[in-house]
Amino acid sequence: MATTKMPIAKALNTSLRKAMEDDPKVLIMGEDVGKLGGVFRITDGLQKDFGEDRVIDTPLAESGIVGTAIGLALRGYRPVVEIQFDGFVFPAYDQIVTQLAKMHARALGKVKLPVVVRIPYAGGIGAVEHHSESPEALFAHVAGLKCVSPSNASDAYWMMQQAIESDDPVIFFEPKRRYWDKGDVDTEAIPGPLHAARVAQQGTDLTLAAYGPMVKTCLEAAQAAAEEGKSLEVVDMRSMSPVDFDTIQQSVEKTGRLVVVHEAPVFLGTGSEVAARITERCFYHLEAPVLRVGGFHAPYPPARLEDEYLPNLDRVLDAVDRALAY
Amino acid sequence: MTVEGTAARSKTRRSGGTAKRASAAKKKTAAPAKAEPQLVQLLTPEGERVEHPDYAIDLTPEELRGLYRDMVLTRRFDAEATALQRQGELGLWASLLGQEAAQIGSARALHDDDYVFPTYREHGVAWCRGVPPENLLGMFRGVNNGGWDPNSNNFHLYTIVIGSQALHATGYAMGVAKDGADSAVIAYFGDGASSQGDVAEAFTFSAVYNAPVVFFCQNNQWAISEPTERQSRVPIYQRAAGFGFPGVRVDGNDVLACLAVTKAAVERARSGEGPMLVEAFTYRMGAHTTSDDPTKYRRDEEREAWEAKDPILRLRTYLEKEKLADAKFLESIDEESDTMAKRVREAVRAMPDPDPMAMFEHTYADGHALVDEEREQFAQYLASFADENESAAAGEGN
Repeated sequence: MATTKMPIAKALNTSLRKAMEDDPKVLIMGEDVGKLGGVFRITDGLQKDFGEDRVIDTPLAESGIVGTAIGLALRGYRPVVEIQFDGFVFPAYDQIVTQLAKMHARALGKVKLPVVVRIPYAGGIGAVEHHSESPEALFAHVAGLKCVSPSNASDAYWMMQQAIESDDPVIFFEPKRRYWDKGDVDTEAIPGPLHAARVAQQGTDLTLAAYGPMVKTCLEAAQAAAEEGKSLEVVDMRSMSPVDFDTIQQSVEKTGRLVVVHEAPVFLGTGSEVAARITERCFYHLEAPVLRVGGFHAPYPPARLEDEYLPNLDRVLDAVDRALAY
Repeated sequence: MTVEGTAARSKTRRSGGTAKRASAAKKKTAAPAKAEPQLVQLLTPEGERVEHPDYAIDLTPEELRGLYRDMVLTRRFDAEATALQRQGELGLWASLLGQEAAQIGSARALHDDDYVFPTYREHGVAWCRGVPPENLLGMFRGVNNGGWDPNSNNFHLYTIVIGSQALHATGYAMGVAKDGADSAVIAYFGDGASSQGDVAEAFTFSAVYNAPVVFFCQNNQWAISEPTERQSRVPIYQRAAGFGFPGVRVDGNDVLACLAVTKAAVERARSGEGPMLVEAFTYRMGAHTTSDDPTKYRRDEEREAWEAKDPILRLRTYLEKEKLADAKFLESIDEESDTMAKRVREAVRAMPDPDPMAMFEHTYADGHALVDEEREQFAQYLASFADENESAAAGEGN
């Protein structure tokens, strides 16, 4: 057994190291990823062991980071780029959306763009403006990109390996407030597909669907609900593009109720898509409308208000109660 | 050797820079505009061969005739595409009329293993790379959004978002350097693109990593309706200095100078000396694209002045004067042009509309559940019409 308990941050670091050992074409690029090891230390020690040619400290220019990563991918490399914080991805948004996402199709499949864009995202760490956003819907909406977010150490380890192996560009959302959460990582396990959702907890009365940082919140909600005699199933979506609707559907056909939870604003968010599709697929199984819990249609608030903005145990349980009341 | 148009422009351009402005504030009336730096030129508008101390070039008569052929065929192809747009066969066309020397000269400086990142007007460069001309027309006809394999000719897809490709070229060049290869990369863009952040970031990255990339800016004086003065307060080639690599301005209507300068820049990149910026000072004789109306923003006199500097005419004058090309040769090129144009015309008209199911192809390399689901649903939807037609036909049969 090669199972070790480690925090998500360490799992990501270990995964990147493994990918670099396995494939000399894998490169790491970003601001401060070298000596510092990244502001969250996800790339800690990698430059020391793989050199400045493979762990590349870049100028402070996000469009440049993604744009040059595209060129490197065209040359046969597999760049993994770090965007320092969610709110800083927008200078690179043009390169990601107009170039990275579309080039494979424009070349009629003749070129591949195996670029991973790592984004430490979402809130809960008391940061200043632009350091706590959840822009995943903006990327999931773009055809040509895949978007994933792990919720635990094992997924962090394996999903990163799979994202790097993918010939498609993957936007890899890392739940920064869970970086220090520990979990078992079996580095010899055979992982499921990158985009398969996972039933994190079995239940019979209602399904909670979430990804990334909200999975833990939903598991806690399920535990609290269990104390009140309610049996909640928790589906960890793991991927926002594509969404594994089949797994959510199976769960909803069993429970008859669905609440989707994410930190991003509810309006036009991932939850809206899940609600619409599951309503289409499970119309006759649903005992209640699909409800969504998430952020508001307001800028991410200053740190002293983020506990009010972010879905917490109470807000999730409130939605559960409303769904069960139908 | 100063070219007339350059001198004329220098009257309107003011030298920028903080230091300059500071001294100008003290002595407002003095400070005559700094003389426009001379263009590198090897062939005058009158077809006279001249020498330049830094950029000597010695071409065989055959090579000279080859450059002439490239330019004539490219211009003919461009004219044909413009006509095809007017006839409704293409949705849009971006003409290169006037920029033949800049494109042919620079492209003929490249080796096969060099890699080209074009914008959307590099038809002459594509020609030199061996890309079949009709391949360029698919996106303008609307049958695809690119449509060729960039690796077949080391000629990347046309890029419509201004300046994006400068970064792709830089990244690719960083890869070339990592591989220890001795090839070079060239990024084409226009004067308008020099204002884009991506071009500035490409300059930064290429300099910092000493990437073997040549930035080839075709300053054709206009970014749709905005003149170069709206893009930069200093000559574009001078910007390179601020990033730490050399820049040079070349007469963009002089195919020999463009060849010589690009060759030097590419050799420099290849030998590990890093990036270089070449500003080809040229002129877009036509509209920005077939949707544009240049009469709204520029004067006829300007075009007329540039027509006197026509890149093809001056090489032809030189070839005739030096008896390097006879009437028979010139005629044969015209005939070849017409044959090529006819072939292109027929090829474009024969391009079928794509199959509707092609929408779902190549969105992802690895596949994607949503694409699979939508493809299936759309196929069923389309098939539902076929069923109706079939049953209607069957009904008639009975």
